[in-house]
Amino acid sequence: MTEINKDELVGRGNKEGADLFREWFDDLADHAKKGEGAAYVFVMGSMAELLHVFDFPLVLPEITSLQTAVRRVADTYLAEAEDYGYSPDICGYVKADIAVQLRGGQHPMGQIPKPSIAVMTNACNTYIKWAEIWERIYKIPIVVIDVPATRAAGGQFQPGSSDFERDRKYVEAQIRELITLCEEVSGKKFDIDRLRESLGYANDMNEGWRRVLELNKSKPSLFNAVTDGTVYLGVSNNLRGTKKGSQFFKNLVEEMEYKSAHGIGTQIVEKYRLGFVGVPCYPIFRRFSEMFTEWGGNFVHSTYLNFASGGGSLGYQYDVNRPIESLAEGFLISVREAMDNMFHQDRVVIDWVKNYDLDGVVYHPIKSCRTVSTGLADGRRAMMAATDIPSLFIESDMMDKRVVSEAQMKNRADAFFEGLASRREMAKLAQS
Amino acid sequence: MTLRLFGTWQDQSLDGIFAECRELAEDADFPTVKRWRENGGKVLGHFQVYFPEEIAHAAGMLPLKMRGAPVEPTHSDSRFGSYLCSILKTNLELVLSNRVELDMFVTHPICDAARNLAAVWGRNYPYPCQILYLPQNANSKASAEYLRGEYERVKNDIEAVAGTKVTDEALRNSIAVYNENRSLLRKLYDIKRTQPWLLSGFEAYLLMNAGGMILREEHNEMLKAAIPLIEVRPVKRQDKIRVVFEGGFCEQPPLDLIRAISQSCYIVDDDLMIGLRWILEDVPLEGDLLMNMADAYLEKSTYSPVQHDARKPKEKMLLQRIADSGAEAAIITAAKMCEPGLEDQVTYIKTLDEKGIPYFVGEFEENMTSFDSMEIQLETFTENLMFS
Repeated sequence: MTEINKDELVGRGNKEGADLFREWFDDLADHAKKGEGAAYVFVMGSMAELLHVFDFPLVLPEITSLQTAVRRVADTYLAEAEDYGYSPDICGYVKADIAVQLRGGQHPMGQIPKPSIAVMTNACNTYIKWAEIWERIYKIPIVVIDVPATRAAGGQFQPGSSDFERDRKYVEAQIRELITLCEEVSGKKFDIDRLRESLGYANDMNEGWRRVLELNKSKPSLFNAVTDGTVYLGVSNNLRGTKKGSQFFKNLVEEMEYKSAHGIGTQIVEKYRLGFVGVPCYPIFRRFSEMFTEWGGNFVHSTYLNFASGGGSLGYQYDVNRPIESLAEGFLISVREAMDNMFHQDRVVIDWVKNYDLDGVVYHPIKSCRTVSTGLADGRRAMMAATDIPSLFIESDMMDKRVVSEAQMKNRADAFFEGLASRREMAKLAQS
Repeated sequence: MTLRLFGTWQDQSLDGIFAECRELAEDADFPTVKRWRENGGKVLGHFQVYFPEEIAHAAGMLPLKMRGAPVEPTHSDSRFGSYLCSILKTNLELVLSNRVELDMFVTHPICDAARNLAAVWGRNYPYPCQILYLPQNANSKASAEYLRGEYERVKNDIEAVAGTKVTDEALRNSIAVYNENRSLLRKLYDIKRTQPWLLSGFEAYLLMNAGGMILREEHNEMLKAAIPLIEVRPVKRQDKIRVVFEGGFCEQPPLDLIRAISQSCYIVDDDLMIGLRWILEDVPLEGDLLMNMADAYLEKSTYSPVQHDARKPKEKMLLQRIADSGAEAAIITAAKMCEPGLEDQVTYIKTLDEKGIPYFVGEFEENMTSFDSMEIQLETFTENLMFS
């Protein structure tokens, strides 16, 4: 048996993730250079497994948009879209992408190809409004794969029930219609064996993602769900249903298993285990994270990793022997899980408190995304009523610096940790 | 005989009916709902834009169209973040402040904010709070069958709350009542389009708005009383610009804003409370009734920013609305923080620019009380058009 080299293993996921991310952008630039049209898709239900069968390069505009914020140039993109007429009060991702389109695909990470088709789910209504803009600009077909999700709290229809089967059949019918459309747009015949292959890779990634998230129950936790987790999440989205994606997650599980077995945590001494609810603050991504790590706070889980992976976190395993039927079932269950992590986040967090042994929860609603943010204040009330866990509620944005008040956020974070410290001291005194 | 929840409109002059309707619209205590409950009735509150009210009606419930209210969100503010439209907060405020008591609440996937409401409501109330997943893929051949099933599911939930089975006969009767109501509203809008001096946009709105708070039988009676009075109204045609008002599909503009626009323009068509007029033709009363309703929702319906349908690009539909109503200009508004409305505003404006159709752009909030500057801008806009 080959001896594992710790120096090569620890941190490998972050290095590989960054490399794959760069490759993804380079690949898109190659397609753009050749004038090849892409499929524009979204993270909550990308349908990548199917679109790979037709060799569409996949553009994920949420990711290309957030990269403008991480690279600290989002303000110029937002301003350009606002000059064009878009309101300051709509999603920043949409506006950054509009500016990219107005610039003919020019992006700080490289050229983005134009779309030939756009595929989205109803997990976010803004997806649909966003795609309507491409529909007008490029006269391309846009397809909503409508996923009926949880109707009421705790009332998910389960496989085997007639309600579930009705929803599944609806999704399957839409997938079959999408296959026909993809054949028309790409000029390629549908190959069911290629779908099987893609589903197999997606299975590896789903299982890997589920396992990696589970392993972060370790003490100390193995990775920071907001910073490291976002790198892994990028791979899970950009390379979904691919061999490279499959290998990445196999490697990542190996790394995390090793770290867990050897008690290797993140680069900080973990004092507080935190849950994160919302979307990261990309305009000050590093500083935002430091507001918590400086106090020894590590994010051990995040609803973002669940919903922005399209529910891949559930680890759903497709049955490659009945690929289309199973794709419909897995898509329904996974995208529904993504939505549950936004609308019914209180249930998710209450579960984490117990299973991830949380010391606190940070809620970060953002101006740009009402899907994620609308119910957070109310969800927090429910979480606080059900548990004895302190929480912090800070609002900003994932794109727009104008609504990010770093000093104010830091003050709030400091006060939160002072409260956590004092709570811990009091608990010690009570025990002594 | 239908229980009259409103009633005060009876034996009134036309102006008297308008005055009663205005009072009802401004009464944040929802007296018609209280009267219904006092008579032992149950209430299903549904969020904008469209809900198949016929099903609740057939179960003997009062379907209440929750379209916001002139109230301060003192209780509901703590349930929401900062960057949200007003209607979310005022609707929840109505129940948190006990102004309105519900037995069931239904929201729809119309926008990112509204789809959160089933969960928010459900965390605060023990009665059924759910989302009706109206199809967002209107172009799939499977959508109508799926929607039929979704209506069946909601029917079962409503029956459990109402304690009554919805028979085919009851549903057929309810569809007939609603068909008549939609037909009367079409008549109202025909008058606005063809003889707008007989009925201002403001007055039409008052008449229509009452329908969301009372039994539709009573609304039909009221409209049948009002329409003949409107048709013989002794008013002179004025030299006003004919406009289409766009942006009132969900959150409603303040009444005084609609009144102010009506003073300087003829609002010949609009999308105010479009859910009440979503279905454009009578729903057939034979065969599978739920399928007929599903089919009507998808195939015989108008448009709004919250439904994607490749057959109905919004900008083309707006141009059609302008052409059909003979409008000379458009007022393109959106509720503050309303993402679908704000996004479509851009499309509308670019299209109107291309076609050389004049337009006025604005934002509103249901509880805004001061719009002097908007009134002045609007007057300037209409004067420019009239004297150009």
